[in-house]
Amino acid sequence: MSVTQLNIKESKQVSPKAQVVAFSPAKPRRSIVLMATEKARRLTATVLPPLLTLALLVLAWEILCSSPTSSLPAPSRVLSESWELIIHPFHVGQGVDQGMFWHIAASLQRVALGYALAAIAGIALGVLVGQSQWAMRGLDPIFQILRTVPPLAWLPLSLAAFRDGNPSAIFVIFITAIWPVIINTAVGIRNIPQDYQNVAKVLRLNGFEYFGKIMLPAAAPYIFTGLRIGIGLSWLAIVAAEMLIGGVGIGFFIWDAWNSSLISDIIVALVYVGVVGFLLDRLIAFVGRLVTRGTANA
Amino acid sequence: MAQSYLSLEFIDKTFERNGTKSEVLKQVSLGVDKGEFVSIIGHSGCGKSTVLNIIAGLIDATSGAVFLDGKHVDAPGPERAVVFQNHSLLPWLTVYENINLAVSKVFRGKKNKAEQHDWVMHNLDLVQMAHAKDKRPAEISGGMKQRVGIARALAMEPKVLLLDEPFGALDALTRAHLQDAVMEIHARLGNTMIMITHDVDEAVLLSDRIVMMTNGPAAKIGEVLEVPIARPRNRIELASDRTYLKCREAVLKFLYERHRFVEAAE
Repeated sequence: MSVTQLNIKESKQVSPKAQVVAFSPAKPRRSIVLMATEKARRLTATVLPPLLTLALLVLAWEILCSSPTSSLPAPSRVLSESWELIIHPFHVGQGVDQGMFWHIAASLQRVALGYALAAIAGIALGVLVGQSQWAMRGLDPIFQILRTVPPLAWLPLSLAAFRDGNPSAIFVIFITAIWPVIINTAVGIRNIPQDYQNVAKVLRLNGFEYFGKIMLPAAAPYIFTGLRIGIGLSWLAIVAAEMLIGGVGIGFFIWDAWNSSLISDIIVALVYVGVVGFLLDRLIAFVGRLVTRGTANA
Repeated sequence: MAQSYLSLEFIDKTFERNGTKSEVLKQVSLGVDKGEFVSIIGHSGCGKSTVLNIIAGLIDATSGAVFLDGKHVDAPGPERAVVFQNHSLLPWLTVYENINLAVSKVFRGKKNKAEQHDWVMHNLDLVQMAHAKDKRPAEISGGMKQRVGIARALAMEPKVLLLDEPFGALDALTRAHLQDAVMEIHARLGNTMIMITHDVDEAVLLSDRIVMMTNGPAAKIGEVLEVPIARPRNRIELASDRTYLKCREAVLKFLYERHRFVEAAE
């Protein structure tokens, strides 16, 4: 009896709480304002620190290189000396006298081709090595040795083989980017959880279905880790390779600027290289998130 | 031995690792009738999951054989669907797609697209998960994941549903909800079900028979207990039911008096 009485008391206490719900129409309006300020706060929290740091660094650079005898130009001098270069990115001249946009575009074209080939071949080889114990035993030691060869060491060999600068540069990109793709793909394939394999077995998926429905999606986060490392390495290698092969491209532009003692131009080019490299990395991470539907922690 | 719907005959299982053999199961024989709910209970490491995996065909028995509906079983297949301990949903697919993967494979050529869709939704309704059909496994709770795992297994229209400690990773309240859901499905569809568990209450509540296994190595079936409680069963009424308590006591006595688990007896 006492228990039921307790229940009644509780329900009485609950009733005023239920009335609070009536106020809910007012809540969304308040929460929209709250959300807006919250968003603004988060934006400043992410954008402000890097901007501040950048300003401080530029200031320090300005102070350090401000003396007239300084061997490197201060930011203000970079701006004044390379102003033409900075404001005319789409300038079209003769030979290698092109705007920054065209140099970057030429480099990106080489990277795109070499990287695409590396991605396709790398995933295929990675699947082979990840799937087959024998392929892994046979190929893995060779991969482990070849992947330590620095990108530029391949350049003379590829120049000898292709007798042309452009395919050689593309080959260097290919051979640089392929190793992380192979290795990560293989690890991803080998790490497919037993549970997923059991599901496939119970459903009697055939080899083709298993490949498309279980293996690739399960390994996708690993594959994209490899692809992301690969794009970074490609961008590193292209600058060095282009310095040697010449022609239009950001690498040769930097080398040419050095030969003409245009140090300010080099600094402008480095900013471009850095920003483009960052964007490439973000692009692959974005594609990875899209393809793996958020299961990749990129 | 007269053959039951599902029968295990003299199953031995020996694992071999680095040259040392370890005998896991010895002479395990069991018959299960159509529509029956059988639990296999035992201490951890006694090989009860191995029994289930052999029935599923995921592990081969060293000797002995499994027959289902008169046919010899030696490979996995959808007629022996498994509800895995950790749900095993594919994280890149939505709840709907996870079940549809099974349905489109099992009913290819037997149901058209619209019928397949209806069948997926029907099974989601059975486990009360239709509302979450577009969610990914990472977005739903553990209990919900296991519901979807059960729906996926049911959607294969299996002859035997194998449940491998299906509620082991869930909290007590969620577990009770899911046990009720399984009881209801069993009552509605009359599936043959085999469940691995280490929870005595769960075994008594759900089963027609409880198979108690001795401790390994070389585990075998120690006792089989009939649970003569009428269905539908209600956990609250059963809490003071004499038959229920007796069954519970019998299982507890088997597990803790006669076959006490001795840890690290290597």
